[in-house]
Amino acid sequence: MTSRRIAGKGRFIDSSSKVAFTFDGRRLTGHPGDTLASAVLGAGQVIMGRSFKYHRPRGPVAAGPEEPNALVELGQGNRFEPNQRATTTALFDGLYATSQNRWPSLEYDIGGINAKLARLLPAGFYYKTFMYPREFWKDIYEPFIRKAAGLGKAPTEKDPDTYEHVHYHTDITILGGGVAGLQAALTAASGGARVLLLEQSPHWGGRVMADGGEIDGKPAADWVAATITALEEMDNVTMRLNCMGAGVYDHGYLLGYERLRDDTPSLPGPRHRLWRIRSTRVITATGAIERPLSFAGNDIPGVMLASAVRDYLELYGVAVGRKVVVVTNNDDGYRTAIALKAAYVDVPCVIDARPLGGGPLMREAEAMGIPVERGRAIGKVKGGQYVEGVAICSHDGSGGVFEREIECDAVAMSGGWSPVVHLWSHCGGKLTWDAEQALFRPDAKRPPTGADGEGFVLPAGAADGELLLGDVLGNAHDAGREAAKAVGKTAKVRRRPVAVSVAQAPILPVWMMPARAGYELRSKAWLDYQNDVKVSDVALAAQEGYQSVEHTKRYTTLGMATDQGKLSNINGLAVLSDALGQEIPVTGTTTFRPPYTPISMGAIAGEARGKVFQPVRRTPMHDWHDTHGADWEPVGQWRRPYAYVRRGETVHDAVTREVKNVRQGVGILDASTLGKILVKGPDAGKFLDMMYTNMMSTLAPGKCRYGLMCSENGFLMDDGVVARIDEDTWLCHTTTGGADHIHAHMEEWLQTEWWDWKVWTANLTEQYAQIAVVGPRARTVLEALGGMRLHPQALPFMSWTDGQLAGFDVRVFRISFSGELSFEIAVKAGHGPALWEKILEAGAECGIQPYGTEALHVLRAEKGYIMIGDETDGTVIPQDLGLNWAISKKKDDFIGKRAQERVHMADPDRWKLVGLLAYDDAVLRDGAYAVAEGRNANGQRNVQGRVTSTYYSPTLGRGIAMGLVHDGPNRMGEVLDFPGTDGKLYRAQIVDPVFYDKSGGRLHG
Amino acid sequence: MAETREYKGIALIRAEPPCGMITLRGGPDAAKGLATAGKRLGVKMPGPLGAELKDDRGLLWMSPDEVLMLCPAEDVPDHLDALRGALKGHHAMAVDTSDMRVRFSVSGAHAREVLAKLCPLDLAPDRFGPGHVRRTRLGQVAAAIWMRGDGAFEVICFRSVGQYVLDLLQVAAAPGSEVHLFSQPVG
Repeated sequence: MTSRRIAGKGRFIDSSSKVAFTFDGRRLTGHPGDTLASAVLGAGQVIMGRSFKYHRPRGPVAAGPEEPNALVELGQGNRFEPNQRATTTALFDGLYATSQNRWPSLEYDIGGINAKLARLLPAGFYYKTFMYPREFWKDIYEPFIRKAAGLGKAPTEKDPDTYEHVHYHTDITILGGGVAGLQAALTAASGGARVLLLEQSPHWGGRVMADGGEIDGKPAADWVAATITALEEMDNVTMRLNCMGAGVYDHGYLLGYERLRDDTPSLPGPRHRLWRIRSTRVITATGAIERPLSFAGNDIPGVMLASAVRDYLELYGVAVGRKVVVVTNNDDGYRTAIALKAAYVDVPCVIDARPLGGGPLMREAEAMGIPVERGRAIGKVKGGQYVEGVAICSHDGSGGVFEREIECDAVAMSGGWSPVVHLWSHCGGKLTWDAEQALFRPDAKRPPTGADGEGFVLPAGAADGELLLGDVLGNAHDAGREAAKAVGKTAKVRRRPVAVSVAQAPILPVWMMPARAGYELRSKAWLDYQNDVKVSDVALAAQEGYQSVEHTKRYTTLGMATDQGKLSNINGLAVLSDALGQEIPVTGTTTFRPPYTPISMGAIAGEARGKVFQPVRRTPMHDWHDTHGADWEPVGQWRRPYAYVRRGETVHDAVTREVKNVRQGVGILDASTLGKILVKGPDAGKFLDMMYTNMMSTLAPGKCRYGLMCSENGFLMDDGVVARIDEDTWLCHTTTGGADHIHAHMEEWLQTEWWDWKVWTANLTEQYAQIAVVGPRARTVLEALGGMRLHPQALPFMSWTDGQLAGFDVRVFRISFSGELSFEIAVKAGHGPALWEKILEAGAECGIQPYGTEALHVLRAEKGYIMIGDETDGTVIPQDLGLNWAISKKKDDFIGKRAQERVHMADPDRWKLVGLLAYDDAVLRDGAYAVAEGRNANGQRNVQGRVTSTYYSPTLGRGIAMGLVHDGPNRMGEVLDFPGTDGKLYRAQIVDPVFYDKSGGRLHG
Repeated sequence: MAETREYKGIALIRAEPPCGMITLRGGPDAAKGLATAGKRLGVKMPGPLGAELKDDRGLLWMSPDEVLMLCPAEDVPDHLDALRGALKGHHAMAVDTSDMRVRFSVSGAHAREVLAKLCPLDLAPDRFGPGHVRRTRLGQVAAAIWMRGDGAFEVICFRSVGQYVLDLLQVAAAPGSEVHLFSQPVG
């Protein structure tokens, strides 16, 4: 390999210094400012990867983000990343890249045999081949497809880099920093609007940096530099390079994807940043992408877009070949021929499909001595791993006869330009077909609209279908003025910049070359390089009945690769239109969806990883639990101790010990997570009578009542103890998971339905630590703390009182969820840990022990108490649970009342709560079904009930369970069958759900 | 939350000591009684999205019918007594919520962008400054943000997620993560 660098060329590189990197294990050098693609090309290597289906050798076809071929695996170890475009990867010292989809090497790839079998792998091959026999799918077809699929390998190590989001609000966002974006920014910002200007590449100026031109009497690059300086001096303009407009969404929301440390991995700071932008107006100055031409062999490494050939030459000082044939259907191709010739690269000829050739640019090329073949086409490209020559023929024919062959080592092709309409289209902007220029451009009459019905995206420059420099600037200036006006500003820049545009002869639309190419040529003319979709595949799809462009895309995989069809889309739908005998606009385009090019998963996740992946809610006593053996259980976003495991214990041992200790002595539980909602006002009683199924307005101050809350559909959604604080104030306890949504539920009814009721609510859940002291010796422990009287006359069951314990202001509720004597003590959250410790000290003599949520569950189940989320699942009404006693019959209404009167809810066939005692003291499986006679329509066993809660009861020394059973309460003593997933049959007897202390004597102790 | 009370990255993050907070809810009919809160602190009643602050005390607008009173913790009982007296006979609520939340400050040249990484507010200096308060989110949790007279931001969140918010602010203030959005590029 010999260097292809051209001395004196390369605007973006510093040829005076070198950068060392590794490609496929070879040490190569490039220059600062190179992309990986320009550096590898500069080192003399064209082939950089293999295609997806046929493993064809692939070299870069483009020089920018539209590149479908030059995808590499970047980095090693924990910085390994597949499918990275070499054309947008900035070169840095130590860069490590490996080509993909080849084995054992790029040059000698075993999978390349697929190319020989191309006739056996037509469009829809997978669908056709892997359908039958069906039983082959799981063990044969799927593993085969998975092995063959995918380009790069998935990373296996944890990413060491950091990522973040940033939110930004602005009046106008301009996507694209070419001359159109710069001019639009200059005009739009001149009236004082806040302007954000994003450019995806590391350079301002877009195409003029390679193509030159003259703006306002100076070289375009000088105009770019002067404009950047002017914009930088404006306080209301924010500019970012390496930041791509990734997506445009409703309400002026858009995403920017900023790459900060890709080429400086050793510096601190985030690798990528996702900009979450709110913008009143968006200007898409996203430029245009050149189209390939579809001729046989157009995928051989060395066949490139003509504009890319200019980019490599002018921006990176790389000649892609020594002898470069240019093939074109428009005048732009001549720019490449002229640029190459001026750099002393041999241009054997320009092949122009147009019978009369082009305009002034063609004449300039001819004047430089470049022959022009008018009305000619490339019949086929000769070569395998690199271009060896082209055979030319008449364009207006079938290519049956090649006139002659021209020796060359690269081909520059120009099939015309397609405006980058992606960001215009993301949020619903429509397109119109410009037949004269043969391109889809934004339809100004059908923009994406905002909440006010006005269009909020304005296209500018080439992205709006303007291809001449003067028109680009004028159009962008107008877009800038219009955007400024839309945000209430008047642009002060009034003059359109003046640029000299070279006149151009009309384009000849060419979708296949030659125009009537036969099957042999069509089956070697690539549309989608990465996914290996050829002209013949799209034609076959049409022949097989595919008409919709969306269906054809999925059938052939056209445009479904990582480049999402940036080069192939228009050519493909033109071929489809031709096959269907209809006009291109009738066929239409596939849907443009964000992101414009792939963005990193890290950028999407932002800061949410590691310890801030998800918020963990901690109670005031969290740290104590953590240092005392807590085996944590997530409860919503809270962490609660499941059990406090002592040395030598299993978790099950700990639960058993904790349950026994509560029943026989005294336990202490952190109940701080329970919801605490204060409800106050003259109408608070009336309001709570609607919220709860039972009567709360009649509760006396100082008393507590257990309440049920149902949804409008009658289903039980929450339960808890309500305490009446004073004449117009109630405190509602909710479940741990219910605190936020029950508060929201209350506010919703108050704000939308009963807005005239005088009620205020406050969610005080986190104001208090709540400590339950539970067991026969609970009173003894609390009395030892001193400060208040807690004997049964002073504080009977289901009442509360304010007082002091151990010097802390507390509110003590005498309520129980265990069936034992029990006090729940609310104290200011900040005092929680101190009071907790005091109680433990005072209880030491009584053998007090902390207990966790599992002991809590066992205790309540032994007592037959239901648990929201165990006995309920959103389909269960209180009546199913035998809770009729908690449903007021005196009230006219409560939320859920009418629903509970509906036929299905009142149906006696509903499954109802019972206790279950398994034979041999076994513990039933949670969720196990009780089977009934017969089978249902799906051939499954009929069922008649299921287990909702099941535990080993240390108190009873056996398994206990609760379940919902068909007509259960009337079937006491019957035995049900529960087939286990272990193949065994479990049998259980229906019993009363209260397993322990049915008289309630302990509770009232 | 014991390990780190202060962190210096591209901004200074500090866990602030607890202060007194009283939640006041009331409608126009209780306006006169609610005004007692401002009188006792020497500040005006804030308008929508407003913060009226004087040293370590003030009133934050929380919603059209809710104001949060900030004061030294030891003043809470007196304020509550006075407010309940002034609100007697009116439909209003005054309740101590001092223990419900924790407070952080974020200061330094890049404080705005540290917050902009975590919440969807418009934090441009001409859109958000002293006298403003916003209830918003930080990362995945609810928070409120206002600015002190000295240019530092104060952040409150629920007590249970205090450690998460402190961690989050530190992540957002990591060295080398300047965005240079609301300040001129340095160096």
